[in-house]
Amino acid sequence: MKSEALSHIRICDFTGQLAGAGATRWMAAFGAEIIRIEDPVRLGKWDVLRGTSPFVDDRRGHEFGGCFNNHNVEKLGVTLNLRTERGKELLAEIISVSDAVTENFAAGVLERLGFGYDRLKEIKPDILYVSNCGFGHVGPYCKYKTWGPIVQACCGLTFTSGLPDMPSAGWGYSYMDHHGGNFMAMAIMAGLIHRSRTGEGQWIDMSCTDAGATMLGPVALDYTVNGRPLRRDGMPYSNRSQFPAMAPHGIYEADGHDAWLALAARDDRDWQAIARLMGINDPRFDDLAGRLAYEDELDDAVRAWSSGRDRFKAAAELQAVGVPAAGVAKPEDRIDNDPNTEAWGLWPTVTHGEMGRVRVDGIPAHFSETDWVLERGAPLLGQHNRQILGGLLGHSDAELTDLAAEGVI
Amino acid sequence: MAGNDLPGALAGIRVVELAGEASAYAGLILAGMGAEVIVVEPPDGHHTRGFEPFLHDVPDPERSLWWWHYNASKLGVTLDLGDEDGRDRFRSLVATVDVVLESERPGRLADLGIDHDTLRADHPELIWVSLTPFGRNGPRSQEESIDLTVLAAGGPVWSCGYDDHAIPPQRGGGNQGYQTGSVFAVLSAQTALLARDRTGQGQFVDVSMHAAANVTTEFGSVQWLVAGDEVQRQTGRHAAIEPTTFTRALSADGIDVNTGFPPRSARDFAVVVEWMESLGLKDQFEEFFFLEMGAQLEEDLHLSQVGQDPEVTAMFGAAREAVRFISENITAYEFFIGAQERGLAVGIIYSPEEVLADPHFQERGFPVEVEHEDLGRTFTYLGAPYIAPKSPYRIRHRAPHLGEHNSIIEALA
Repeated sequence: MKSEALSHIRICDFTGQLAGAGATRWMAAFGAEIIRIEDPVRLGKWDVLRGTSPFVDDRRGHEFGGCFNNHNVEKLGVTLNLRTERGKELLAEIISVSDAVTENFAAGVLERLGFGYDRLKEIKPDILYVSNCGFGHVGPYCKYKTWGPIVQACCGLTFTSGLPDMPSAGWGYSYMDHHGGNFMAMAIMAGLIHRSRTGEGQWIDMSCTDAGATMLGPVALDYTVNGRPLRRDGMPYSNRSQFPAMAPHGIYEADGHDAWLALAARDDRDWQAIARLMGINDPRFDDLAGRLAYEDELDDAVRAWSSGRDRFKAAAELQAVGVPAAGVAKPEDRIDNDPNTEAWGLWPTVTHGEMGRVRVDGIPAHFSETDWVLERGAPLLGQHNRQILGGLLGHSDAELTDLAAEGVI
Repeated sequence: MAGNDLPGALAGIRVVELAGEASAYAGLILAGMGAEVIVVEPPDGHHTRGFEPFLHDVPDPERSLWWWHYNASKLGVTLDLGDEDGRDRFRSLVATVDVVLESERPGRLADLGIDHDTLRADHPELIWVSLTPFGRNGPRSQEESIDLTVLAAGGPVWSCGYDDHAIPPQRGGGNQGYQTGSVFAVLSAQTALLARDRTGQGQFVDVSMHAAANVTTEFGSVQWLVAGDEVQRQTGRHAAIEPTTFTRALSADGIDVNTGFPPRSARDFAVVVEWMESLGLKDQFEEFFFLEMGAQLEEDLHLSQVGQDPEVTAMFGAAREAVRFISENITAYEFFIGAQERGLAVGIIYSPEEVLADPHFQERGFPVEVEHEDLGRTFTYLGAPYIAPKSPYRIRHRAPHLGEHNSIIEALA
């Protein structure tokens, strides 16, 4: 079974890692035909995740990368040796029946492979080409290399996370690989919508650092309008609320090993409920101005209540009096023990040709008519050569056998 | 691509957005793509007009920079949905749009008789995107929630913080729980529009911020799903199963840098040797010998040998220390450019405002001037996430004043 939402769309896809593969992952979940082109000589390892941890068991190699499987569910896999003329011809055939070509190589790589935008247009005049790299294809840093943490550093996101007079805590993972992929999916679908209205293709130049920088609006305007930089004494203090001001607003010690409780007072009503529950009676905290002026003391008072309590029970007590609160979820809490993620079906099990049945990230949106489907794991190397080169393009079994023998596929 | 006045990809698409703290970013992006986004506020203004920061720190519903940013490119109307006349006008407005975007508490619009279930029969082509903390139907759907609790309950917070676990884990800045939900709301609207091209049918989309956070944690989820391992947070680097070595250094001008991954190839070692020599730092770095040794390598260092083979360990350690040593002796920007021009992937940890001053972002046209004709001047805003020459993403105009475009509503009456 497949979603029908994007079943009319076919993409010739060179994306890898998460910042690229995440884009076509969304579209595959909604039924688009994503044909992932991989290099048979290097066993597809221009995407290093093909062979890196986590692993389901002791087996290793290019069919066992856990992240690769997660990021490439429901895609098709074709191998083409683009060092050969025959490989290039087959790629051109795939492009000629595709709506879009997508990649997140370093700037210039696809061009060096012989498939820059001019060549793509020759093959298919209305092709949509979406490139995605750390700094885009235009500008003085376009050749610079990045991965998630470098992107996050250079776009301002890393700096926003942490405590005053401490190094940046950063994000603890490649947040911008996720959103690099998500913004790339936006760019692809925007390009497809434009193409379906006008018949016109284009080259969309997506830059992960541009995308990341768009995610810090109010703080940027505070500088451009008011001249107030975020790099100033006492900032950032990321567990406290910035816009709008709230206090208390933080993550507090709870009972147990590395156990934490998040809570906040959105307004005086929330604060009165918190004070009553926690038995805090201090007139300095009566209004927001006082709570902000004595925020350290306020945090101490909250911590005195939270530190002996189970994080989930404490959150439930706060929720019962109408206050936003949540235990800081460990992976097990939210993946195996959260009734909401279970009811959502957030961790579907896919079937992979070598790894077997593996749980993966689901999709955080449900559609009433054309909902997503994730059943098939990532493609094995060349798994769909016959389906695409034979079924779609019409090459005979004998030809495919020769192509394999010649090292083309 | 400054000055590109072509229509955007979503030109001709009309969206009505019920003003909301979490959905505002989704509306902003759809408007940036060229949709006509009409944001609906209560007659006395949406409460986010009261959010800091304010123009010159003077609180006023027309001076909230939060409102300015998140509502740029949108049109603004006021409707009292608590009143039957207001609801009628909302129904009339919905009849003219392609997409409804809202982040109301589950049940509120049904109680008012203006939810999708009520309106769908008359508008089968309507796309309705709902963005809520836990989705509309789950067991936690009625919980009180803000950005902080979305990120705490949804996983990102667990992976983020310091090596010292006595310090609370951290929530990164910028209301990313809301914004991540909004990003998926945009993807949903686009997907539903493409589906409608084919089928002619609209549909309802239920987007959950909690689910969005949960599937935006990279290893935090995959490591558990695949191998049952729990990642542990570390200062400024990926939460991991086994501790990893530093990637952060403090440069000579007091700005942090990310030193990236240590050199492993002969080429990279040679680059570091040349860089140290050109800076005159060679004699101050005691392990320089190991860098020269690395420059003679015939194949790349294998990480599996670090800690096993003493020479490999010494070379790897020297390379890491050398990059840090260089960074501590020059400014952060010199380090960033010097390393990247030499093919080493490192980063400068910019504060958000510093991004706008950087020559690369300027050359891409990322900072844009938005006219505030009401104030007689322009202000610099953040620009586009990507450059689409035929269907540009851009800020079309400043955010609306309260009720500025009520003529849209009056024309429907």
